[in-house]
Amino acid sequence: MTGDGTGLPLVEMEGITKRFGAVTALRSVDFSVQAGEVVGLVGDNGAGKSTLMKILTGVYRPDAGQIRFEGRRVHFQSPFDSRRLGIEMVYQDLGLAENLDPVANLFLGREISRRFGPWRLLDEAAMERHAREHLASLRVELPSLRTAVEQLSGGQRQAVAIARATAFAARLVIMDEPTASLAVAEAGKVLELIRRLKERGVGVVLISHRLQDVLEVSDRVVVLNRGRVAGVLEGRQARLEEVVALMVGGAG
Amino acid sequence: MSTETLARPGGRTSLRERVQSLLTRLDLLLVVLLMMAVLTALQPQFFLTRENLTNIARQISSNAVLALGQFMVVATAGIDLSVGSVMGLCMTVLALLVKSGWPAVAALPAAVLLGAAVGAANGLALTRLHLPHPFIATLATLNVARGATYLLSGGVPISGLTPEVRWLGSADIPVLEGTPFATAFPVSFLVVLALYGVAAVFMGRTATGRHIYAVGGSPKAAQYAGIDVARLLVLVYVLCSALAGVAGVLLAGRVNSAYPTAGLGAELDSIAAVIIGGASFFGGRGTPGGVFLGAVIMGLVRNGLNLMNVSVFWQQVLIGLIILLAVYVDVLRRRAAEVER
Repeated sequence: MTGDGTGLPLVEMEGITKRFGAVTALRSVDFSVQAGEVVGLVGDNGAGKSTLMKILTGVYRPDAGQIRFEGRRVHFQSPFDSRRLGIEMVYQDLGLAENLDPVANLFLGREISRRFGPWRLLDEAAMERHAREHLASLRVELPSLRTAVEQLSGGQRQAVAIARATAFAARLVIMDEPTASLAVAEAGKVLELIRRLKERGVGVVLISHRLQDVLEVSDRVVVLNRGRVAGVLEGRQARLEEVVALMVGGAG
Repeated sequence: MSTETLARPGGRTSLRERVQSLLTRLDLLLVVLLMMAVLTALQPQFFLTRENLTNIARQISSNAVLALGQFMVVATAGIDLSVGSVMGLCMTVLALLVKSGWPAVAALPAAVLLGAAVGAANGLALTRLHLPHPFIATLATLNVARGATYLLSGGVPISGLTPEVRWLGSADIPVLEGTPFATAFPVSFLVVLALYGVAAVFMGRTATGRHIYAVGGSPKAAQYAGIDVARLLVLVYVLCSALAGVAGVLLAGRVNSAYPTAGLGAELDSIAAVIIGGASFFGGRGTPGGVFLGAVIMGLVRNGLNLMNVSVFWQQVLIGLIILLAVYVDVLRRRAAEVER
């Protein structure tokens, strides 16, 4: 297992249970990520992957269980609480404003402004400079920082979404199906990007149906099956058939 | 993928990009200049006269102000059908206040505040009552405001406002006095220019303006980014209706009265100016500068056809065709951009 050397998990979820009416979506699930660790989270549709991540980002509150961030117990009331600690989510629909350029998207809701008398005006030069540096540090290449995101390819948009999630001291980035809609070459670039985040000590949770992608970059793979952890595998040694067997096997 | 980001770390937006964005912004300006050239050639003794130009400036003022508010709403992918009625209501209330002895310094802000209050109702109906589309909420206020206007005025015009109240809509300010270029500028048009100047800074250079474009482009993205979408929408509808109040103040000053049918159908003219000005009906696109030129183009069409004694019915036909053309040009441009990619 790769970690930051302290052995202390960045986040630790313990005994998480979540019910929706009569349906139990998660049953006493344990899940943890270390700094600089890539954890693959896989499972069939309805296995509880996104419910678990929505609890981790504060969208839902668990019925039982606890979350610790760097050893301290936390109670997230909303996604803003988790974001304040550096937990960022890259949604499957990317959550980009396609009519705005990459710089505007990177800073959306967190714009840099300067005071001009009674006004606070956007400091475009500063935002562009920061965006350029950040994208360069992730080795993300875009044809232009100043044309609308809708002009970019699918892989470039994904890169902008990931860059956006990591632009503000992110500690943990959760990615929901980042390679699902991409061609092989572009998916490869996204996986490279994940490795680069890992090198910087950022924890990554990768939710994906593309199991080859998951096995390629993950240090550990957590398999959910009908709301329970069906197994935890070492990413390098895990075989595809093993993962699939855990995903579709009878519960328990 | 090019390697521009790597090749120019710390660099700035390229010259080519700047020229391109300038050109797409200039095409409306070229249309305006072309129209002015044609009108000058057709009506050399009338069109370029001071009286005619200030007349155009005065005539387009109300629609330009309505269009500015409408643009902000359209930028959020919304629509405000109530602006014409709100303009009429604000005019009537202004006239009633003046008639009952209110001074201009109190009556004018009161009229604009009344507009803002209607806008708040629009915004809250949309965000709190969760009415399915701004079309519905503003259709309701269109009728309420128009009905209230008839009730308050008894269905008859109220004429004879005080000079102070009329000043904004009717006065001229002499400029370049003592030079061969001495002329007079309508105050109402200066108000329009000032409002558009402020709006250009607001939409283009502030975080709130940026958020308005973001909500129009993708409400979900705005929400993910932590933007309070509901609050922003209420703000936009308040600004739009307050501007409708300002438009009413200008019109009341120009015609020296408040008539209960004022602004009837004006919402459609404001939408036309927004669309001709290059804003997208689906939100997230357009600039105040473009919308201003849209309003100018409509004013030039009407003025030119008036000078040539073409009936107002044909003017309406032509405005319709221009709307069609403006949107089609936008479709072509976007298709060209996609091919380039």
